[in-house]
Amino acid sequence: MRIFLHQLRFEQLLFWRSREAAFFIFGFPLLLFVLLGSVYNGKIDGYPASSVLLVGMIGYGAANTAFAGTAIILVNRREYGILKRIRSTPLPAWVYLACTLVSSLLVFTLETVLLFAVGRIFFSAQLPGHVASLAVAVLIGTTVFAAIGLAVTALIRSAEGSSAVVNFILLPMAFLSGSFGPTRRYPTFLRAIGDVLPLKYFIEVVKGIYLGGHALWSRPGALGVMAAWTAGGIVVARLRFGWEPRER
Amino acid sequence: MSAIRVEDLRKRYGDDEALRGISFEIEEGEVFGLLGPNGAGKTTTVEILEGYRKRDGGNVEVLGFDPQRAQREFRERIGVVLQSAEPWPNLTPHETLSLFAGYYPRPRDVGEVLDLVGLADKRNVRVKTLSGGQKRRLDLGVALVGDPQLVFLDEPTTGFDPAARRAAWGMIRSLRSLGKTVLLTTHYLDEAQQLADRVAVLREGQIVIMGAPSALTGGSLDAEIRFRRNGEQVVLRTDEPTRVLHELTAEALAAGEELEGLEVRRPTLEDVYLSLVQEEEP
Repeated sequence: MRIFLHQLRFEQLLFWRSREAAFFIFGFPLLLFVLLGSVYNGKIDGYPASSVLLVGMIGYGAANTAFAGTAIILVNRREYGILKRIRSTPLPAWVYLACTLVSSLLVFTLETVLLFAVGRIFFSAQLPGHVASLAVAVLIGTTVFAAIGLAVTALIRSAEGSSAVVNFILLPMAFLSGSFGPTRRYPTFLRAIGDVLPLKYFIEVVKGIYLGGHALWSRPGALGVMAAWTAGGIVVARLRFGWEPRER
Repeated sequence: MSAIRVEDLRKRYGDDEALRGISFEIEEGEVFGLLGPNGAGKTTTVEILEGYRKRDGGNVEVLGFDPQRAQREFRERIGVVLQSAEPWPNLTPHETLSLFAGYYPRPRDVGEVLDLVGLADKRNVRVKTLSGGQKRRLDLGVALVGDPQLVFLDEPTTGFDPAARRAAWGMIRSLRSLGKTVLLTTHYLDEAQQLADRVAVLREGQIVIMGAPSALTGGSLDAEIRFRRNGEQVVLRTDEPTRVLHELTAEALAAGEELEGLEVRRPTLEDVYLSLVQEEEP
C-alpha cells in the first residue's frame, strides 16, 4: 500500500508537470465543451442541448484521459526506456499499471466535476442527482478506456507516431458515438460503426443516470458491450504489451 | 562467495548465435569488465544476468538467484544502468531519486546519492535542462539509490567527452570503495584497464581471453622491430629481440647503411586486444 501511494503521488506529479500533455488530455474537453455549448441551443431529445452535450463531453473526457492519456504516456515511457528501467526495480508490474489506471481515474474525476461546474456556470445545466451511480460510471469508463489504451500501447511502434495513431482512433470514435452531438441524423453505416464502439454505450449509461434518472444497472446491454471491450483490451495487452523500446 | 556464476551460457536470436557458451565467475566486491566490439554479445550477457532475457542454455546464478525467475527480492539487491535511458524530463534530480528510493526497502539517503554522483548543485532543476553527461550521472544515481549489492553498468561512458569520462571513472571507483560488486561492459580498452580488476574479452559470442588487465599482455605477443628499407616498411616479430636487433644492426653497419625509422616495441594491451577481436587477415 505504501509503495502504491508513493507511485501514485509521483504519477500525479508527472502528469501535471508535463503541461502540454496535461492541457491536451485534461483541458481540451473543457475547452471543447465551452465552444460547442455556445453554438448548440434549444432542446435535443427533449433535454437542454447543453446538458446532452455535457454528457457527450464526459464521454469524450473518459476516452481522452484513460485511452489517449494512457496510450501516449506509456508509449513515450516505453520508447525512452523508462518502462525498461522500472522493470529492473522491485516495483511490481501490477502496482505500476494499477497506478496509471488510478491516476487516470483521479484526472477524469476532476475533469467530470469541472465539466459539471462549467455546465452549471455557463449554460445553467442542472447538477447530477445520482452522484454515487455517476461515480461508479466514471470508474467503469476509466477502466474500459484504460484497457483499450493498454492494448493500443502494445500495438504502437514509435513515440513519434503515438499521438497521431491515438487521435486517429479517438476523434472518429467520439464523433460516431455522439460526443459532439446526437448521431440520429448520421447515415446508417456510420451509425452502425458507432453501435459497436464502447464510447457510445458509456455515453448512453451516463445519459441515463444524469438525464433520465435511471440506475446504473438499468442498461445491462451497454455494460456488457463495455465489459467485452475491457476483456478484449486486456487480452491484447497480455499478448502484446512489452516493457522494452520497440525502435530496434 | 561469488556474486555471479555463469556456466556455458548460450543465447540465439533466430539463426544468429549471440552467445556460444560462455563461462565466468565474479567475486563479491570485484569490478569485472566485459570488453569487446559492438555485437560481440556484451549487452546480451548483461541483460540475461539482469533478468531481461531468457537464456537458451547453460546455468546462471546471480546473488544466489536465477535471474530468469527471481522477482522482487532479486531486484531489491541489484542496480542497473542501461545503455540508453532518458530520465523523466519534468522531474528534478532530487525527485527522480526520491521516486526510485521509494521502491526499495532500505534505500540510501537521496542527498548522499546526489553528492556521490556530483549533482548536489543541480538537485532542484528540471532534468531536461541537464547535459547528457549529467543525465547519465543521474541514471547512475538511480542505480545506486536502492543501495544494491551488485551494479550492472552497460557502456556507462559511451558518448562522453574526455572530462566527463574521467569524472564517471572516479564515480565507478567509488563504487568499489563502497564494497559493491560491479559488472561493467565497455568497448573502450582504457576504461576496462582503468577500472576493472579482471577483464573478459568477448568476440562473436565467445570469451577469447580472461584475466587481470596487466596479465593479458604478459608474453602473449612477441616484440616488434620496425624499420624501412628502400622506402618499404619492414616488420619483424620475435621473442628474442636482443639477438635479432644485434644481427640486424651489425649487418647494416657492415654495409654502411642506415636503418631508417628503426624502433623496437612491446605490444600494448591495445595491440593484444585488437589482435583478439579483429578478424585475422587472410
